[in-house]
Amino acid sequence: MKCQKCDKPATCHITELTNGTPQELHLCEDHARQYLTAGAEETVAGKGMAAAMAQHMAQQMAQQMAVGQTAEELEKLDQQACPVCGITFYEFRSQGRLGCPNDYLCFQSQLEPLILNIHGESQHAGKSPKGNPGTSHQRTQLIRLRREMKEAVAREEYEKASELRDRIRAIEEDAAP
Amino acid sequence: MELDDLTRYSGEWLRGVGPESDIVISSRIRLARNLADYPFISRASDQDRVHILNDLHESIQDIAQNEEILCVNVEDLGGVDRQFLVERQLISRELAESRGARSVTIGRAENFSLMVNEEDHVRIQVMQSGLDLDTAWERINRIDDQIEQHVTYAFDETLGYLTACPTNVGTGMRVSVMLHLPALVMTRHIEKVFRSLHKISLAVRGLYGEGSQAMGDFYQISNQVTLGRAEEDIIKQVCDVVPVIIGYERQARDFLVREKQENLHDRVARAYGILRNAQTISSEETMHLLSSVRMGINLGLIEDLKIPVINELFIHTQPAHLQKLSGTELDTTDRNIERARYLRTHLSSQGPRESEKN
Ligand SMILES: [Zn+2]
Ligand SMILES: [Zn+2]
Repeated sequence: MKCQKCDKPATCHITELTNGTPQELHLCEDHARQYLTAGAEETVAGKGMAAAMAQHMAQQMAQQMAVGQTAEELEKLDQQACPVCGITFYEFRSQGRLGCPNDYLCFQSQLEPLILNIHGESQHAGKSPKGNPGTSHQRTQLIRLRREMKEAVAREEYEKASELRDRIRAIEEDAAP
Repeated sequence: MELDDLTRYSGEWLRGVGPESDIVISSRIRLARNLADYPFISRASDQDRVHILNDLHESIQDIAQNEEILCVNVEDLGGVDRQFLVERQLISRELAESRGARSVTIGRAENFSLMVNEEDHVRIQVMQSGLDLDTAWERINRIDDQIEQHVTYAFDETLGYLTACPTNVGTGMRVSVMLHLPALVMTRHIEKVFRSLHKISLAVRGLYGEGSQAMGDFYQISNQVTLGRAEEDIIKQVCDVVPVIIGYERQARDFLVREKQENLHDRVARAYGILRNAQTISSEETMHLLSSVRMGINLGLIEDLKIPVINELFIHTQPAHLQKLSGTELDTTDRNIERARYLRTHLSSQGPRESEKN
Protein backbone atom coordinates (compact mmCIF):
# COMPACT_ATOMS: atom_id res chain seq x y z
CA MET A 1 0.00 0.00 0.00
CA LYS A 2 1.17 3.49 -0.89
CA CYS A 3 1.30 6.44 1.51
CA GLN A 4 -1.79 8.62 1.13
CA LYS A 5 0.37 11.71 0.77
CA CYS A 6 3.26 10.53 -1.42
CA ASP A 7 4.54 7.56 -3.39
CA LYS A 8 6.51 5.91 -0.63
CA PRO A 9 5.19 2.68 0.90
CA ALA A 10 2.78 3.16 3.79
CA THR A 11 4.45 1.69 6.85
CA CYS A 12 2.32 3.40 9.49
CA HIS A 13 -1.36 2.71 9.89
CA ILE A 14 -3.06 5.15 12.16
CA THR A 15 -6.58 5.04 13.47
CA GLU A 16 -7.83 8.52 14.25
CA LEU A 17 -10.59 8.52 16.83
CA THR A 18 -10.89 12.19 17.71
CA ASN A 19 -13.71 13.03 15.28
CA GLY A 20 -16.22 10.46 16.52
CA THR A 21 -16.07 7.94 13.70
CA PRO A 22 -12.75 6.03 13.39
CA GLN A 23 -10.75 7.04 10.37
CA GLU A 24 -7.95 4.90 8.91
CA LEU A 25 -4.79 6.62 7.71
CA HIS A 26 -2.01 4.91 5.78
CA LEU A 27 1.19 6.91 5.73
CA CYS A 28 4.92 6.61 5.17
CA GLU A 29 7.19 7.17 8.16
CA ASP A 30 7.83 10.82 7.36
CA HIS A 31 4.20 11.70 6.79
CA ALA A 32 3.10 9.73 9.83
CA ARG A 33 5.51 11.66 11.98
CA GLN A 34 4.36 14.92 10.44
CA TYR A 35 0.73 13.97 10.99
CA LEU A 36 1.15 12.80 14.56
CA THR A 37 3.11 15.83 15.59
CA ALA A 38 0.80 18.35 13.92
CA GLY A 39 -0.39 20.79 16.57
CA ALA A 40 2.36 21.42 19.04
CA GLU A 41 2.33 21.52 22.78
CA GLU A 42 1.86 25.08 23.88
CA THR A 43 5.17 25.62 25.63
CA VAL A 44 6.96 25.01 22.37
CA ALA A 45 4.63 26.16 19.66
CA GLY A 46 1.76 28.06 21.17
CA LYS A 47 0.10 29.04 17.95
CA GLY A 48 -0.30 25.55 16.52
CA MET A 49 -1.99 24.18 19.61
CA ALA A 50 -4.23 27.16 20.18
CA ALA A 51 -5.32 27.38 16.57
CA ALA A 52 -5.98 23.64 16.37
CA MET A 53 -7.97 23.81 19.59
CA ALA A 54 -10.03 26.78 18.46
CA GLN A 55 -10.81 25.10 15.17
CA HIS A 56 -11.71 21.86 16.91
CA MET A 57 -14.04 23.64 19.30
CA ALA A 58 -15.68 25.59 16.52
CA GLN A 59 -16.43 22.32 14.73
CA GLN A 60 -17.79 20.74 17.86
CA MET A 61 -20.04 23.64 18.60
CA ALA A 62 -21.26 23.86 15.05
CA GLN A 63 -22.21 20.18 15.29
CA GLN A 64 -23.92 20.58 18.62
CA MET A 65 -25.78 23.68 17.63
CA ALA A 66 -26.88 22.31 14.30
CA VAL A 67 -28.95 19.69 16.06
CA GLY A 68 -32.58 20.83 16.12
CA GLN A 69 -31.92 24.49 15.54
CA THR A 70 -32.85 26.68 12.64
CA ALA A 71 -30.43 29.02 10.92
CA GLU A 72 -32.28 31.92 12.48
CA GLU A 73 -31.89 30.50 15.96
CA LEU A 74 -28.20 29.93 15.34
CA GLU A 75 -27.73 33.46 14.17
CA LYS A 76 -29.49 34.81 17.24
CA LEU A 77 -27.26 32.67 19.42
CA ASP A 78 -24.17 33.97 17.67
CA GLN A 79 -25.19 37.56 18.32
CA GLN A 80 -25.69 37.04 22.04
CA ALA A 81 -23.13 39.19 23.86
CA CYS A 82 -21.63 39.21 27.34
CA PRO A 83 -22.82 42.31 29.23
CA VAL A 84 -19.51 42.54 31.09
CA CYS A 85 -16.86 42.39 28.34
CA GLY A 86 -19.02 42.70 25.22
CA ILE A 87 -17.76 39.57 23.42
CA THR A 88 -20.36 37.89 21.20
CA PHE A 89 -20.82 34.16 21.09
CA TYR A 90 -19.78 34.24 17.45
CA GLU A 91 -16.47 35.88 18.36
CA PHE A 92 -15.77 33.23 20.97
CA ARG A 93 -16.74 30.48 18.56
CA SER A 94 -14.40 31.72 15.85
CA GLN A 95 -11.34 32.45 18.01
CA GLY A 96 -11.81 29.78 20.69
CA ARG A 97 -11.06 32.18 23.53
CA LEU A 98 -13.47 33.73 25.99
CA GLY A 99 -13.52 37.44 26.81
CA CYS A 100 -13.95 37.49 30.59
CA PRO A 101 -14.79 35.29 33.60
CA ASN A 102 -18.48 36.22 33.29
CA ASP A 103 -18.69 34.44 29.91
CA TYR A 104 -18.81 31.13 31.75
CA LEU A 105 -22.11 32.39 33.23
CA CYS A 106 -23.69 34.13 30.29
CA PHE A 107 -22.82 31.41 27.75
CA GLN A 108 -23.38 28.66 30.31
CA SER A 109 -25.91 26.66 28.31
CA GLN A 110 -23.65 26.55 25.24
CA LEU A 111 -20.43 25.93 27.18
CA GLU A 112 -21.72 23.17 29.47
CA PRO A 113 -21.90 20.44 26.80
CA LEU A 114 -18.58 21.60 25.34
CA ILE A 115 -16.82 21.43 28.71
CA LEU A 116 -18.34 18.03 29.45
CA ASN A 117 -17.12 16.86 26.07
CA ILE A 118 -13.56 18.05 26.66
CA HIS A 119 -13.14 16.99 30.29
CA GLY A 120 -15.81 14.34 30.89
CA GLU A 121 -16.61 16.17 34.13
CA SER A 122 -18.37 19.34 35.17
CA GLN A 123 -17.36 19.89 38.80
CA HIS A 124 -13.97 21.21 39.85
CA ALA A 125 -11.94 18.99 42.16
CA GLY A 126 -8.63 20.43 43.24
CA LYS A 127 -7.14 23.37 45.04
CA SER A 128 -8.99 26.64 45.49
CA PRO A 129 -7.70 30.12 46.33
CA LYS A 130 -6.88 30.70 49.98
CA GLY A 131 -8.28 34.23 49.86
CA ASN A 132 -11.95 35.17 50.09
CA PRO A 133 -13.65 33.59 47.05
CA GLY A 134 -16.74 35.77 47.60
CA THR A 135 -14.89 38.78 46.24
CA SER A 136 -14.26 37.11 42.90
CA HIS A 137 -17.77 37.72 41.55
CA GLN A 138 -17.80 41.28 42.83
CA ARG A 139 -14.54 41.91 41.04
CA THR A 140 -15.99 40.72 37.76
CA GLN A 141 -18.26 43.76 37.95
CA LEU A 142 -15.15 45.94 37.85
CA ILE A 143 -14.55 44.77 34.29
CA ARG A 144 -17.97 46.09 33.24
CA LEU A 145 -17.67 49.34 35.20
CA ARG A 146 -14.23 50.12 33.77
CA ARG A 147 -15.52 49.47 30.27
CA GLU A 148 -18.53 51.70 30.85
CA MET A 149 -16.28 54.40 32.23
CA LYS A 150 -14.06 54.27 29.17
CA GLU A 151 -17.12 54.52 26.93
CA ALA A 152 -18.50 57.42 28.98
CA VAL A 153 -15.22 59.30 28.59
CA ALA A 154 -15.28 58.62 24.84
CA ARG A 155 -18.80 60.11 24.67
CA GLU A 156 -17.58 63.04 26.78
CA GLU A 157 -20.12 62.22 29.52
CA TYR A 158 -17.72 63.25 32.24
CA GLU A 159 -20.25 63.40 35.04
CA LYS A 160 -21.23 59.81 34.42
CA ALA A 161 -17.59 58.82 34.09
CA SER A 162 -16.68 60.30 37.46
CA GLU A 163 -19.66 58.59 39.07
CA LEU A 164 -18.47 55.29 37.62
CA ARG A 165 -14.95 55.98 38.80
CA ASP A 166 -16.19 56.40 42.38
CA ARG A 167 -18.03 53.10 42.22
CA ILE A 168 -14.93 51.38 40.85
CA ARG A 169 -12.80 52.79 43.67
CA ALA A 170 -15.31 51.68 46.29
CA ILE A 171 -15.23 48.10 45.06
CA GLU A 172 -11.45 48.12 44.69
CA GLU A 173 -11.00 49.24 48.29
CA ASP A 174 -13.67 46.91 49.60
CA ALA A 175 -12.29 43.86 47.83
CA ALA A 176 -8.57 44.46 48.31
CA PRO A 177 -6.99 41.05 48.98
CA MET B 1 21.22 39.03 36.33
CA GLU B 2 20.92 39.78 32.60
CA LEU B 3 19.42 37.92 29.67
CA ASP B 4 22.85 37.31 28.16
CA ASP B 5 23.95 35.53 31.34
CA LEU B 6 21.62 32.69 30.40
CA THR B 7 23.74 31.76 27.38
CA ARG B 8 26.55 30.71 29.69
CA TYR B 9 24.41 28.19 31.55
CA SER B 10 22.29 25.37 30.34
CA GLY B 11 19.21 25.50 32.53
CA GLU B 12 17.51 23.02 34.80
CA TRP B 13 15.88 20.82 32.19
CA LEU B 14 19.11 20.15 30.31
CA ARG B 15 21.16 19.06 33.29
CA GLY B 16 20.65 15.41 32.39
CA VAL B 17 20.27 14.29 35.98
CA GLY B 18 17.40 12.96 38.05
CA PRO B 19 15.45 9.73 37.86
CA GLU B 20 15.43 7.92 34.48
CA SER B 21 17.31 10.81 32.87
CA ASP B 22 18.64 8.65 30.02
CA ILE B 23 15.09 8.66 28.63
CA VAL B 24 13.23 11.35 30.58
CA ILE B 25 14.62 14.78 29.74
CA SER B 26 12.42 16.85 31.99
CA SER B 27 9.23 17.14 34.00
CA ARG B 28 7.15 20.28 33.74
CA ILE B 29 4.00 21.68 35.30
CA ARG B 30 2.21 24.85 34.33
CA LEU B 31 -0.73 26.63 35.92
CA ALA B 32 -3.02 29.06 34.10
CA ARG B 33 -4.49 31.85 36.22
CA ASN B 34 -6.46 35.03 35.58
CA LEU B 35 -7.13 38.08 37.72
CA ALA B 36 -10.80 38.44 38.60
CA ASP B 37 -11.14 42.12 37.77
CA TYR B 38 -9.85 42.29 34.20
CA PRO B 39 -11.16 40.87 30.94
CA PHE B 40 -9.27 37.92 29.50
CA ILE B 41 -6.47 38.83 27.11
CA SER B 42 -8.57 38.71 23.93
CA ARG B 43 -10.74 41.58 25.27
CA ALA B 44 -8.11 43.41 27.32
CA SER B 45 -7.28 47.00 26.34
CA ASP B 46 -3.68 48.25 26.29
CA GLN B 47 -4.43 49.92 29.59
CA ASP B 48 -5.78 46.68 31.08
CA ARG B 49 -2.59 44.90 30.09
CA VAL B 50 -0.46 47.51 31.82
CA HIS B 51 -2.65 47.32 34.93
CA ILE B 52 -2.39 43.54 35.00
CA LEU B 53 1.40 43.81 34.88
CA ASN B 54 1.35 46.37 37.70
CA ASP B 55 -1.02 44.33 39.84
CA LEU B 56 1.31 41.36 39.61
CA HIS B 57 4.38 43.38 40.46
CA GLU B 58 4.04 42.77 44.20
CA SER B 59 3.62 39.04 43.67
CA ILE B 60 6.78 38.92 41.60
CA GLN B 61 8.68 40.94 44.23
CA ASP B 62 7.52 38.41 46.79
CA ILE B 63 9.02 35.56 44.76
CA ALA B 64 12.22 37.57 44.39
CA GLN B 65 12.70 37.47 48.15
CA ASN B 66 13.39 33.75 47.98
CA GLU B 67 15.51 33.56 44.86
CA GLU B 68 17.33 35.54 42.24
CA ILE B 69 15.09 36.32 39.31
CA LEU B 70 15.24 38.04 35.95
CA CYS B 71 12.16 39.98 34.86
CA VAL B 72 12.07 40.72 31.15
CA ASN B 73 9.76 43.07 29.29
CA VAL B 74 9.13 40.97 26.18
CA GLU B 75 7.84 43.94 24.15
CA ASP B 76 11.30 45.56 24.38
CA LEU B 77 13.20 42.49 23.19
CA GLY B 78 14.55 42.03 19.68
CA GLY B 79 13.54 39.09 17.52
CA VAL B 80 16.61 36.99 18.25
CA ASP B 81 16.23 37.40 22.01
CA ARG B 82 12.57 36.39 21.88
CA GLN B 83 13.40 33.33 19.80
CA PHE B 84 16.22 32.57 22.23
CA LEU B 85 13.74 32.39 25.12
CA VAL B 86 11.40 30.20 23.05
CA GLU B 87 14.24 27.79 22.27
CA ARG B 88 15.03 27.56 25.98
CA GLN B 89 11.34 26.83 26.62
CA LEU B 90 11.10 29.77 29.00
CA ILE B 91 8.36 31.48 26.98
CA SER B 92 5.81 30.24 24.48
CA ARG B 93 5.79 31.22 20.84
CA GLU B 94 2.52 32.96 21.58
CA LEU B 95 4.14 35.29 24.13
CA ALA B 96 7.08 35.89 21.79
CA GLU B 97 4.90 36.82 18.82
CA SER B 98 1.93 38.67 20.34
CA ARG B 99 1.75 42.43 20.88
CA GLY B 100 1.24 44.75 23.84
CA ALA B 101 2.57 44.88 27.39
CA ARG B 102 3.75 41.45 28.51
CA SER B 103 6.59 40.02 30.55
CA VAL B 104 8.38 36.92 31.65
CA THR B 105 10.07 36.36 34.99
CA ILE B 106 12.73 33.68 35.04
CA GLY B 107 14.32 31.94 38.02
CA ARG B 108 18.11 31.97 38.23
CA ALA B 109 18.43 28.24 37.64
CA GLU B 110 15.83 28.41 34.86
CA ASN B 111 13.66 26.03 36.83
CA PHE B 112 10.66 28.31 36.75
CA SER B 113 9.17 30.99 34.55
CA LEU B 114 6.16 33.23 34.95
CA MET B 115 4.56 34.72 31.87
CA VAL B 116 2.22 37.69 32.22
CA ASN B 117 -0.34 38.49 29.51
CA GLU B 118 0.04 35.34 27.48
CA GLU B 119 -3.17 33.42 26.63
CA ASP B 120 -4.10 33.89 30.30
CA HIS B 121 -3.04 36.74 32.59
CA VAL B 122 -0.64 34.47 34.44
CA ARG B 123 1.10 31.33 33.28
CA ILE B 124 3.40 29.80 35.90
CA GLN B 125 5.75 27.05 34.79
CA VAL B 126 8.14 24.89 36.82
CA MET B 127 10.68 22.50 35.29
CA GLN B 128 12.74 19.70 36.83
CA SER B 129 15.42 17.60 35.19
CA GLY B 130 14.48 13.92 34.84
CA LEU B 131 11.24 12.38 36.10
CA ASP B 132 10.34 14.41 39.15
CA LEU B 133 6.79 15.74 39.06
CA ASP B 134 6.34 15.70 42.83
CA THR B 135 9.06 18.27 43.38
CA ALA B 136 7.67 20.35 40.51
CA TRP B 137 4.16 20.29 42.00
CA GLU B 138 5.35 21.14 45.50
CA ARG B 139 7.20 24.11 44.08
CA ILE B 140 4.57 25.47 41.71
CA ASN B 141 1.85 25.08 44.33
CA ARG B 142 3.89 27.26 46.68
CA ILE B 143 4.55 29.91 44.02
CA ASP B 144 0.84 29.94 43.13
CA ASP B 145 -0.09 30.55 46.79
CA GLN B 146 2.52 33.28 47.02
CA ILE B 147 1.13 35.11 43.98
CA GLU B 148 -2.43 34.77 45.20
CA GLN B 149 -1.64 36.62 48.42
CA HIS B 150 -1.47 39.85 46.44
CA VAL B 151 -4.21 39.41 43.82
CA THR B 152 -7.70 37.94 43.43
CA TYR B 153 -7.89 35.08 40.95
CA ALA B 154 -10.95 34.46 38.79
CA PHE B 155 -12.38 31.36 40.43
CA ASP B 156 -15.74 29.64 40.49
CA GLU B 157 -16.85 26.99 43.00
CA THR B 158 -18.16 24.74 40.23
CA LEU B 159 -15.68 25.35 37.42
CA GLY B 160 -12.53 26.08 39.43
CA TYR B 161 -9.95 28.50 38.03
CA LEU B 162 -11.50 30.31 35.07
CA THR B 163 -9.32 30.40 31.96
CA ALA B 164 -9.53 32.09 28.57
CA CYS B 165 -9.91 28.73 26.87
CA PRO B 166 -12.39 26.18 28.28
CA THR B 167 -9.81 23.44 27.65
CA ASN B 168 -7.85 24.66 30.69
CA VAL B 169 -10.69 25.41 33.11
CA GLY B 170 -10.64 23.71 36.54
CA THR B 171 -7.12 23.23 37.81
CA GLY B 172 -5.63 25.21 34.91
CA MET B 173 -2.87 22.64 35.11
CA ARG B 174 -0.84 21.03 32.36
CA VAL B 175 1.57 18.33 33.50
CA SER B 176 4.09 17.20 30.91
CA VAL B 177 7.05 14.90 30.70
CA MET B 178 9.54 15.15 27.85
CA LEU B 179 10.89 11.81 26.68
CA HIS B 180 13.65 10.81 24.27
CA LEU B 181 12.32 7.81 22.33
CA PRO B 182 14.70 7.09 19.44
CA ALA B 183 14.43 3.29 19.62
CA LEU B 184 10.62 3.37 19.49
CA VAL B 185 10.88 5.61 16.43
CA MET B 186 13.48 3.34 14.78
CA THR B 187 11.47 0.18 15.42
CA ARG B 188 8.30 1.99 14.32
CA HIS B 189 6.43 1.24 17.49
CA ILE B 190 5.95 4.85 18.39
CA GLU B 191 2.49 5.24 16.85
CA LYS B 192 1.18 2.28 18.82
CA VAL B 193 2.28 4.06 21.96
CA PHE B 194 0.53 7.22 20.76
CA ARG B 195 -2.70 5.39 20.16
CA SER B 196 -2.74 3.77 23.58
CA LEU B 197 -2.12 7.13 25.22
CA HIS B 198 -4.93 8.84 23.33
CA LYS B 199 -7.30 6.22 24.66
CA ILE B 200 -6.61 7.34 28.22
CA SER B 201 -6.91 11.01 27.20
CA LEU B 202 -3.23 11.89 27.40
CA ALA B 203 -1.73 13.99 24.63
CA VAL B 204 1.55 13.19 22.86
CA ARG B 205 3.33 15.83 20.86
CA GLY B 206 6.61 15.93 19.03
CA LEU B 207 8.95 18.68 20.00
CA TYR B 208 9.50 21.28 17.32
CA GLY B 209 12.69 22.51 15.79
CA GLU B 210 12.77 24.93 12.90
CA GLY B 211 9.59 24.73 10.84
CA SER B 212 7.32 21.86 11.78
CA GLN B 213 9.62 18.83 11.97
CA ALA B 214 9.62 16.63 15.05
CA MET B 215 12.91 17.38 16.70
CA GLY B 216 15.39 14.66 17.59
CA ASP B 217 12.84 11.99 18.63
CA PHE B 218 11.68 14.05 21.62
CA TYR B 219 8.08 13.64 22.64
CA GLN B 220 6.00 15.34 25.26
CA ILE B 221 3.30 13.49 27.14
CA SER B 222 0.72 15.59 28.94
CA ASN B 223 -2.75 15.55 30.44
CA GLN B 224 -5.68 16.91 28.47
CA VAL B 225 -8.31 16.87 31.19
CA THR B 226 -8.06 19.75 33.68
CA LEU B 227 -11.54 19.69 35.24
CA GLY B 228 -12.96 17.21 37.75
CA ARG B 229 -9.64 15.80 38.91
CA ALA B 230 -7.46 17.04 41.71
CA GLU B 231 -3.92 18.15 40.84
CA GLU B 232 -2.39 15.13 42.56
CA ASP B 233 -4.62 12.78 40.53
CA ILE B 234 -3.64 14.42 37.25
CA ILE B 235 0.03 14.07 38.21
CA LYS B 236 -0.51 10.45 39.18
CA GLN B 237 -2.09 9.64 35.84
CA VAL B 238 0.95 10.96 33.97
CA CYS B 239 3.34 9.42 36.51
CA ASP B 240 1.73 6.00 36.12
CA VAL B 241 2.05 5.92 32.37
CA VAL B 242 5.61 7.24 31.99
CA PRO B 243 7.36 4.12 33.40
CA VAL B 244 5.36 1.99 30.95
CA ILE B 245 6.65 4.02 28.01
CA ILE B 246 10.18 3.98 29.46
CA GLY B 247 9.82 0.19 29.59
CA TYR B 248 8.79 0.07 25.91
CA GLU B 249 11.72 2.25 24.91
CA ARG B 250 14.14 0.04 26.86
CA GLN B 251 12.69 -3.07 25.24
CA ALA B 252 13.11 -1.50 21.81
CA ARG B 253 16.73 -0.59 22.65
CA ASP B 254 17.42 -4.12 23.88
CA PHE B 255 15.97 -5.48 20.66
CA LEU B 256 18.20 -3.20 18.57
CA VAL B 257 21.30 -4.16 20.58
CA ARG B 258 20.48 -7.87 20.36
CA GLU B 259 19.21 -8.20 16.80
CA LYS B 260 20.62 -5.21 14.95
CA GLN B 261 23.91 -4.62 16.75
CA GLU B 262 25.90 -3.80 13.60
CA ASN B 263 23.22 -1.56 12.10
CA LEU B 264 22.79 0.26 15.35
CA HIS B 265 26.49 0.74 15.96
CA ASP B 266 26.95 1.86 12.35
CA ARG B 267 24.16 4.40 12.63
CA VAL B 268 25.50 5.84 15.88
CA ALA B 269 29.10 5.95 14.62
CA ARG B 270 28.11 7.61 11.34
CA ALA B 271 26.01 10.19 13.16
CA TYR B 272 28.94 10.99 15.44
CA GLY B 273 31.29 11.13 12.45
CA ILE B 274 29.12 13.57 10.52
CA LEU B 275 28.61 15.84 13.52
CA ARG B 276 32.37 16.02 14.12
CA ASN B 277 33.29 16.66 10.50
CA ALA B 278 30.49 18.47 8.69
CA GLN B 279 31.29 21.91 7.26
CA THR B 280 27.67 23.02 6.93
CA ILE B 281 24.65 21.43 8.54
CA SER B 282 20.95 22.23 9.00
CA SER B 283 19.20 22.37 12.34
CA GLU B 284 17.01 19.46 11.32
CA GLU B 285 19.89 17.15 10.42
CA THR B 286 21.72 18.14 13.58
CA MET B 287 18.75 17.15 15.77
CA HIS B 288 18.39 13.89 13.91
CA LEU B 289 22.07 12.95 14.32
CA LEU B 290 22.36 14.18 17.90
CA SER B 291 19.45 11.90 18.73
CA SER B 292 21.38 8.84 17.50
CA VAL B 293 24.50 9.96 19.35
CA ARG B 294 22.52 10.50 22.54
CA MET B 295 21.15 6.97 22.36
CA GLY B 296 24.65 5.69 21.53
CA ILE B 297 26.00 7.19 24.73
CA ASN B 298 23.21 5.63 26.78
CA LEU B 299 23.89 2.23 25.25
CA GLY B 300 27.63 2.47 25.86
CA LEU B 301 28.49 2.66 22.15
CA ILE B 302 30.15 6.04 22.66
CA GLU B 303 32.15 6.28 25.84
CA ASP B 304 33.93 9.59 25.71
CA LEU B 305 30.93 11.90 25.68
CA LYS B 306 28.61 12.96 28.48
CA ILE B 307 24.83 13.33 28.24
CA PRO B 308 24.71 16.95 29.48
CA VAL B 309 27.06 17.93 26.63
CA ILE B 310 24.69 16.44 24.07
CA ASN B 311 21.62 17.90 25.79
CA GLU B 312 23.21 21.30 25.57
CA LEU B 313 24.10 20.89 21.90
CA PHE B 314 20.44 20.24 21.08
CA ILE B 315 19.68 23.77 22.30
CA HIS B 316 22.90 25.60 21.45
CA THR B 317 22.67 24.62 17.77
CA GLN B 318 19.23 26.18 17.35
CA PRO B 319 19.03 29.40 15.30
CA ALA B 320 18.73 32.05 18.01
CA HIS B 321 21.25 30.35 20.28
CA LEU B 322 23.85 30.19 17.52
CA GLN B 323 23.36 33.90 16.90
CA LYS B 324 23.57 34.77 20.59
CA LEU B 325 26.66 32.61 21.08
CA SER B 326 28.45 33.99 18.04
CA GLY B 327 27.33 37.53 18.83
CA THR B 328 26.08 38.32 15.32
CA GLU B 329 22.91 37.97 13.30
CA LEU B 330 23.27 35.17 10.76
CA ASP B 331 21.15 34.13 7.77
CA THR B 332 20.32 30.46 7.15
CA THR B 333 23.44 29.74 5.08
CA ASP B 334 25.76 31.32 7.62
CA ARG B 335 23.93 29.62 10.46
CA ASN B 336 24.52 26.21 8.87
CA ILE B 337 28.23 26.95 8.60
CA GLU B 338 28.41 28.32 12.13
CA ARG B 339 26.44 25.33 13.44
CA ALA B 340 28.90 22.88 11.85
CA ARG B 341 31.82 24.83 13.29
CA TYR B 342 30.23 24.89 16.74
CA LEU B 343 29.61 21.13 16.64
CA ARG B 344 33.18 20.38 15.50
CA THR B 345 34.63 22.48 18.29
CA HIS B 346 32.45 21.05 21.02
CA LEU B 347 32.59 17.43 19.98
CA SER B 348 36.29 17.21 19.19
CA SER B 349 37.44 18.76 22.45
CA GLN B 350 35.32 16.22 24.30
CA GLY B 351 37.49 13.24 23.81
CA PRO B 352 38.20 10.90 20.96
CA ARG B 353 40.67 13.17 19.21
CA GLU B 354 42.46 13.94 22.42
CA SER B 355 42.64 10.32 23.45
CA GLU B 356 43.88 9.42 19.98
CA LYS B 357 46.64 11.98 20.33
CA ASN B 358 47.89 10.43 23.56
ZN1 LIG C 1 4.40 9.94 2.56
ZN1 LIG D 1 -17.50 38.55 29.07
